[in-house]
Amino acid sequence: MTLTAEQAWAVLARVADPEIPVISVTELGIVREVSTGAGAVEVVVTPTYSGCPATEMIERSIVEALREAGAGEVRVRTRLAPAWTTDWITAEAREKLRRYGIAPPGTAADASAARPIGFVPRVECPLCGSRNTERLSAFGATACKALYRCRDCREPFEHFKPI
Amino acid sequence: MEATTTTASSTAHLDYVLRIGDSALILGQRLAEWCGHGPVIEEDIALTNTALDLIGQARLLLSHAGHLEGKGRDEDALAFLRAEPGYRNLTICELPNEDFGRTCLRNFLFAAFQMQLWPALADSSDAQLAAIAGKSIKETRYHLQHASDWAVRLGDGTDESQARMQRALDTLWPYTAEFFSPQATDAQAEAAGIGPAWSSLAGAWEQAVLPVLEVATLKVPAATAFLSRGKEGRHSEHMGHLLAEMQYLQRAYPGARW
Repeated sequence: MTLTAEQAWAVLARVADPEIPVISVTELGIVREVSTGAGAVEVVVTPTYSGCPATEMIERSIVEALREAGAGEVRVRTRLAPAWTTDWITAEAREKLRRYGIAPPGTAADASAARPIGFVPRVECPLCGSRNTERLSAFGATACKALYRCRDCREPFEHFKPI
Repeated sequence: MEATTTTASSTAHLDYVLRIGDSALILGQRLAEWCGHGPVIEEDIALTNTALDLIGQARLLLSHAGHLEGKGRDEDALAFLRAEPGYRNLTICELPNEDFGRTCLRNFLFAAFQMQLWPALADSSDAQLAAIAGKSIKETRYHLQHASDWAVRLGDGTDESQARMQRALDTLWPYTAEFFSPQATDAQAEAAGIGPAWSSLAGAWEQAVLPVLEVATLKVPAATAFLSRGKEGRHSEHMGHLLAEMQYLQRAYPGARW
């Protein structure tokens, strides 16, 4: 028994990101290609941050999920270029992030625009929608996030930084 | 003659990639020393996240270097099992951290250099190097912003923080000459389309760095004849101590894995 590419995509859509389990690896935009043939499934993955400790865990989860679903041989190939960007996170996943309490990223173009020293981008509070927020830390529990606090509802929250 | 030329240019290619990879590795190792020692938890996290990005860049670059070398050495063999003269990192990356301000100032000077290098590698004839550069620039941009903010906050800060940052700049600035010192490797790498001679990046780097130092009220020291030579494998007295710690586990327990 083997899987069609369509079935393999459906399996991958249920593989959660280990750091942010409300979104899947396909919603995160890191699965670039799936091909099947001769009893094997090949998945092309573009990793997020160079130092992201979740990268290897994600590869293992992909292999395990596909094997469980009946794929024979599973190969995960890494593709570096074009580099992963938060622009590849789907609209539905952004909404899931917000409901999970993480402010979704703006566009990658915003991140690469020139900025004055000390400039801190305004981020909307994912809990109450206020833009009256402040950054507490440029880096969060993971490299991809920054830590903010809402001055209105007083809740701290994480912001997925655009890259 | 043909064979000799190929060898010289592939040696230059390997050397060029090692310089970039080793600089990221060694600065990543230094920044990792801050883990659990940051002045506040937010900055502890920021420095160690920066370390993670740098070590991640080093893994990609050293894996690639091992492939170019073709002797079967992987990223770990290159990171943990070379002797000191084999490392090609910029000397500034191996200097001790000292205080938080000096750590941030070095991150600023180095990230500003990486920000010049990455875009210049986008059209490299080495597709893997171009891909790593395209990925790394996104991370370096955040490192540079963070380090610039602190350079200004501490430089244009209290009398004490200003004095410390000025001392830090006086110490670190002479090591930045090494970023741009001309080398045979550079000419060969440039001719082969691998990447620019680093000397060509000096002007753009200064244009990026000087305005920030001015806002930080820091005075750039006069140029001296001092030239460090880490990228040729001639390191400072600090490198051996750093390697002793970094390599200890792999030397004591060869092949140990998590």
